[in-house]
Amino acid sequence: MMPDSAAMPVAPLLSVERLTVEYPVAGRILSAVSDVSLSVGRGETLGLVGESGCGKSTLGRAVLQLRRPTAGKVMFDGTELTALGGEALRLMRRRLQLIFQDPIASLNPRRPIGDIVAEPLIIIGITDRAERERRVRDVLTAVGLDPDLVWRRLPHEFSGGQCQRVCIARALILEPELVICDEPVSALDVSIRAQILNLLEEMKRRYGLTLLFIAHDLAVVKAVSDRIAVMYLGRLCEIGPTEQVFGSPAHPYTALLLEAIPLPDPTIVPATNVAVGEPPSPLDPPSGCRFRTRCPRADALCAEKIPILRPTADGQLVACHHPLTEG
Amino acid sequence: MTSPLLSLEAVSVELPTPRGMLRAVDKVDLNLMPGRTLGIVGESGCGKTMLSRAILQLLPKRAQLSGRVTFDGRDLATLSAEVLRRLRGPELAVVFQDPMTSLNPVLTIGTQLVETLQAHLGMGGATAIRRSVELLAAVGIPAPEQRLRQYPHQLSGGMRQRVAIAIALSCEPKLLVADEPTTALDVTVQAQILDLLAREQKRRHMSMILITHDLGVVAGRTDEVAVMYAGRVVERAPTSRLFGHMRMPYTEALLAAIPKLESPPHTPLPAIAGRPPDPTRPLPGCSFAPRCRYADEQCRQAKPPLVDPDRCGGLYACWHPLAPQAAAMGI
Amino acid sequence: MAVLEIEGDTALVSPVPSRRRRTNGLFVAALVWIALIGLAAILADVLPIMSPTDMDMLGKREPPSAEHLLGTDQLGRDMLSRLIYGARISLTVGLLAPVIGLVVGGALGMIAGYLGGRFEALTVGAVDVLLAFPPLVFALAVTAYLGQSVFNLTLVIGVLGIPAFTRVARATTLSLTQREFVVAACTLGATHTRILLRELLPNVMLPLLAFFLLAVAVTIVVEGALSFLGLGVPPPAPSWGSMIGEGRESLDIAPWLAFLPAGFMFVTVLAFNIVGDTLRALTDPRPGAL
Repeated sequence: MMPDSAAMPVAPLLSVERLTVEYPVAGRILSAVSDVSLSVGRGETLGLVGESGCGKSTLGRAVLQLRRPTAGKVMFDGTELTALGGEALRLMRRRLQLIFQDPIASLNPRRPIGDIVAEPLIIIGITDRAERERRVRDVLTAVGLDPDLVWRRLPHEFSGGQCQRVCIARALILEPELVICDEPVSALDVSIRAQILNLLEEMKRRYGLTLLFIAHDLAVVKAVSDRIAVMYLGRLCEIGPTEQVFGSPAHPYTALLLEAIPLPDPTIVPATNVAVGEPPSPLDPPSGCRFRTRCPRADALCAEKIPILRPTADGQLVACHHPLTEG
Repeated sequence: MTSPLLSLEAVSVELPTPRGMLRAVDKVDLNLMPGRTLGIVGESGCGKTMLSRAILQLLPKRAQLSGRVTFDGRDLATLSAEVLRRLRGPELAVVFQDPMTSLNPVLTIGTQLVETLQAHLGMGGATAIRRSVELLAAVGIPAPEQRLRQYPHQLSGGMRQRVAIAIALSCEPKLLVADEPTTALDVTVQAQILDLLAREQKRRHMSMILITHDLGVVAGRTDEVAVMYAGRVVERAPTSRLFGHMRMPYTEALLAAIPKLESPPHTPLPAIAGRPPDPTRPLPGCSFAPRCRYADEQCRQAKPPLVDPDRCGGLYACWHPLAPQAAAMGI
Repeated sequence: MAVLEIEGDTALVSPVPSRRRRTNGLFVAALVWIALIGLAAILADVLPIMSPTDMDMLGKREPPSAEHLLGTDQLGRDMLSRLIYGARISLTVGLLAPVIGLVVGGALGMIAGYLGGRFEALTVGAVDVLLAFPPLVFALAVTAYLGQSVFNLTLVIGVLGIPAFTRVARATTLSLTQREFVVAACTLGATHTRILLRELLPNVMLPLLAFFLLAVAVTIVVEGALSFLGLGVPPPAPSWGSMIGEGRESLDIAPWLAFLPAGFMFVTVLAFNIVGDTLRALTDPRPGAL
């Protein structure tokens, strides 16, 4: 069952079905991702947003099978990734790429940039050196770096923003279909963030990419996403078209997130006492709806039954017993 | 007219590096009145952290400080280490970005709080423990008695930062320096922490310096904002004036580069070209000139001074400031 | 339209102070000594020195003279040439034995750190067992069984050195496997072999090499100790260790018989230590960020 297939006339490129990722920590079970289902259509950008501990990064890695899910399925273009292993999975990898949060740590400190960006080509077996060089030059220019200046240099000679461009170049050189961006601009300065976001948008257009954009900054996610999924403590709260989710959030947690954002406008007084308490530990999540301990609308039903994603009148999907759109 | 609680006059900080002398802070002038909040905004490398260290007299040994830092009428550089030590706590307190490193990981929360109270206020053991519980409750930590016995790693990031704030506030300081206090925290926790700081500041009539890279954080919670770039203060004005009528192109560009919640998705962001300058290679003219779209030859040759020609309380350092009426943008 | 950042400006070319050489004289002096002693050892046969085994019964325990630049030992053999030929033994064993540790231990440690799981547990366990072996007893047993020769000596010391290298390699690898660039290589579809060779090895190499040089220093001393005890290279082949042992009897009348080889050994070990330490200090790839 594809929960948000309402928005999906064509078969989606990526489909995550009831994905669960748990791992043992000091004798207990940490539930990082719990029964998450979503899909991403070809050519669209799905933003995945949530605070730390919500499992969004774990979800991203579970999709790529970097961390094997405990349960659930991941379908990519008709192939079940969760069922693949070994060589088949390795070959599949060139179609799905990942961009990391820390651009400098994502690059081998002892290898020059030219080598790093050429590496994917060597892995897939392009032996012609001239061909490799041509493709590396192309992609480096596309991300805004001068190949001649950067080719022989090491990562530590570059700034965070430039390193992120190199990472993007490396991810795109194989012309993947899906790129998962895991907090790609969080570690960068404000003025550089805008550059990289613009670059990602342009690369998406140029290479016809589909993006899963993971971040905790709502404004950043809104700037690049067609649809938004909100996660809390391993579960999906709400998913729907961006403007709609931001304009009229259905889930109380989404509303809470939106109110908590510090806006650069001094005429708006920040709402006080907006958020109550702190996220519980994923080692011991609350029963039923995991947000109920901080939710002003919670009641006994919320503690008993886990809310499942169901459509609202406006076409969003929300997992809540008392969504905001229903009074 | 009361005199300022904190006054910085032509404060500069230089650091020797293998690549040459690095000017981290370049002739900064600042004033802070009692009970007011000053926000210092800038990106990484702008010198805001070094500036805070200069205020706290916690610079690294090899750093050279010039200029004057006057706190409560006293020139801090002339004070002995012992006097400074007694100053920190009861008069001058600080909250850092990473509570995991500012709290001692091998001591319990209780020990750290009680020690501070005993050392600075000379409280007895039982009184100190009672006061510690009160402080923890005041910063919003549930079950404070149990927390006293816990270690920092057993608390979440938000909790740890609250403890750090409790310790900072324990001796009722006159000035609190908060260096990126919420950068490492989630946005909902950030809102709580900022609320807490604002509340305590009002209650105690304390002065506060809020250092951050996030313009959103200073917008609603400061009286005055100073924008730093390449070691200098390039604009300084009361908060509403800064956001409503900014004069410095860097401030305008910074604000414009932030993705806005009101804009629809896929709106191209007006990014600032280039990168922040290399502090070891200072430019002769305005440091922002290479990235400024209004820059001309004068900007590249001469450094603009920080002035307030209109006498309206807003200072800026620019040869071609934005026109006052036209600059109401970015909001 | 995106803002492209074609980095043509000089701000990009931040001059990287390429590995600030500790140009303190000590490092240079150490290198010079190693070069000298190494050359002498290699060219020993063609150098204009006397044979190390020719005995001159009339000139026993002679102080330095024109004929014997460093004097003679208790059997009238020329000290200088014995020291140089001794260097040959010490350096041969000293350099070759750690190579065994480096290659075998380094590979084992890297693979164990990377694969984790049962292989790692097995390797660590085996290495611990080897470490628990009293080294001298092991050396005794091997030489008693296989006979004394340079080859056996190298083998014994080499094998005894494997655990240390395994530990260094494994520790460095463990600190690297979770780093994003290794995960990135995995997402690109790199095979395990490729990740080990292209991503991990370049980063593990320098710490291993620095450790290697320190191991050389230790090996020279170990070889000296074994030879001193008579377990090393058999006479009449000179070895610094056996020379010290032989010089023991003449300490009161001709102390230089023991102190000269001890001094040579000391300076050589010190030189390798200095070079190894300097390399380790240079191991960090980045000049400190501001």
